[in-house]
Amino acid sequence: MFRKLVKGCLLATVCLLPSIATAQSAQSDTVKGIERYRELLADGNPAELWEARGEGLWKEKRGPKKASLETCDLGKGPGVVKGAYTELPRYFKDTGRVMDLESRLLHCMTGIQGMDGAAIKRNAFGSGTNRSDMEALVAYVTSESKGIKMKVSTAHPKEKESYAMGEKIFFYRGGSHDFACATCHGENDKRIRLQDLPNLLNKKDAQRAYTTWPAYRVSQGELRTFQWRLFDCFRQQRFPALEYGSEASIALTTFLAKNANGAAFNAPALKR
Amino acid sequence: MRNFNRMLYVAGLALGMASAGVAAADRAQVAVGEAEVMREMFRGFNPQGQAGLSRLRQDDMQKFCSSPGWQKQKARVKQLEKEQLALVKYPADGKLLGSWEAGERVAQSGVGMQFSDAPGSVAGANCYACHQLSGTELSFGTIGPSLRNFGKTRGNSEAMQRYAYGKIYNSQAYSACSNMPRFGHSGILTEQQMKDLTALLLDPNSPVNK
Ligand code: HEC
Ligand code: HEC
Repeated sequence: MFRKLVKGCLLATVCLLPSIATAQSAQSDTVKGIERYRELLADGNPAELWEARGEGLWKEKRGPKKASLETCDLGKGPGVVKGAYTELPRYFKDTGRVMDLESRLLHCMTGIQGMDGAAIKRNAFGSGTNRSDMEALVAYVTSESKGIKMKVSTAHPKEKESYAMGEKIFFYRGGSHDFACATCHGENDKRIRLQDLPNLLNKKDAQRAYTTWPAYRVSQGELRTFQWRLFDCFRQQRFPALEYGSEASIALTTFLAKNANGAAFNAPALKR
Repeated sequence: MRNFNRMLYVAGLALGMASAGVAAADRAQVAVGEAEVMREMFRGFNPQGQAGLSRLRQDDMQKFCSSPGWQKQKARVKQLEKEQLALVKYPADGKLLGSWEAGERVAQSGVGMQFSDAPGSVAGANCYACHQLSGTELSFGTIGPSLRNFGKTRGNSEAMQRYAYGKIYNSQAYSACSNMPRFGHSGILTEQQMKDLTALLLDPNSPVNK
């Protein structure tokens, strides 16, 4: 399995990246390339390297408090990882807030392990040798929800509020280009250049999009989380930089996650 | 009164989004006020590069077009178009057609206004992100309608030139809540760039009309 993975990674960087670099005009080549890459890997995805590192980080005693994350409550009780992601974001009594996986992990790392929250946020999106522990932890936790159906609740008033806020933010037009999420993700079968855009108001598209994040991005050689996805779409929206784990980001995630309910979670995935 | 507002809000949601496809049962029946949304928007972002927090502040058009069910408010839609049309500034020299060759370069360029763009970089229009234009550019998006043969079918009259320039300057002037940016109004493009794009659309020699 591991040898296969390494062979796949080599192929990815050596063969596939140049075709992506030529961008839009090579789009169909890229799609074919990724399909071939998927076949070659069969049961492997470089995301597994992140998952394995994340599992190590979850179990290791780390931080000033020399504690593991095995007492971290992701919503289904301390230490329960299996299926946890399919019920997030959710309301947590101990903080009195709705939290997504990433803000919850941040909470556990600062609380249980005594780590520096600002430093974790600064390094939330890794690049090259500057690896992100958060991306690895997210890969591990989400991998434990593979095949389980999305089941996000809005039973608690705070969850309802978060969903309603997320919906408003989805339609919030602003910035130099007057864009909102809905500009690019509000109609069926639209493209930017040759890039297909999911209609996140359409149940089927919303399910497919949400259940395939986090993803190993072949074009970046990194595993990217849902917070990153939002951050990068806001960049394209010409908005300022989304604060990692902000209420706004959690609300938007609640809106999108809940709209994906009923679909089997299928990530970490592999994307262009 | 509170309850009545809430009912209106929920009714607005139902009207504006019933066709959207996400089951009604999934939608939270809770009103979140504008003030709360604004508060979390301003808390939720950090200024970076050329994108400051002022980008989050909404003008009347942005506010109205973000509200559920705006389509139903026909009178306000008409009024908004009138207001936006009044904001279009036509070139002082009265010339609306620049060079289509330069226009094609502007239409291709997606640089500009993102916090990842170098400060001071000249912004492009990225028309191809949303529109088909030249017949040879196959990498075009579909958020907007095809503009293939735009000048060939519409002609090159003074009125058409004013329409095309005005549309690029302020798309909202002709269709309120359009998804197309207001390139002149929002200071994305220069007057010369907009003249060049007008030529790209209307010049008989432009690849758009070949
Ligand atoms: C200017 C266009 C634009 C805007 C505005 C925009 N997006 Fe995107 N979005 C894209 C593009 C292009 C992709 C595909 C990117 C890729 O695959 O590299 C994408 C991908 C996504 C995906 C992943 C889809 C998948 O199946 O992998 C999600 C989820 C998403 N966007 C959500 C949002 C949200 C939420 C907002 C508002 C905060 C938003 N987008 C605003 C252009 C945009
Ligand atoms: C983010 C998407 C987007 C971008 C970028 C964009 N447009 Fe549009 N455009 C639209 C949409 C959507 C419409 C249809 C609604 C409307 O009329 O406003 C449209 C309509 C138009 C029309 C009116 C068509 C008609 O039948 O009268 C013209 C002309 C036009 N665009 C030109 C341009 C040019 C030139 C550029 C680049 C400077 C551009 N657009 C960039 C989305 C976009």
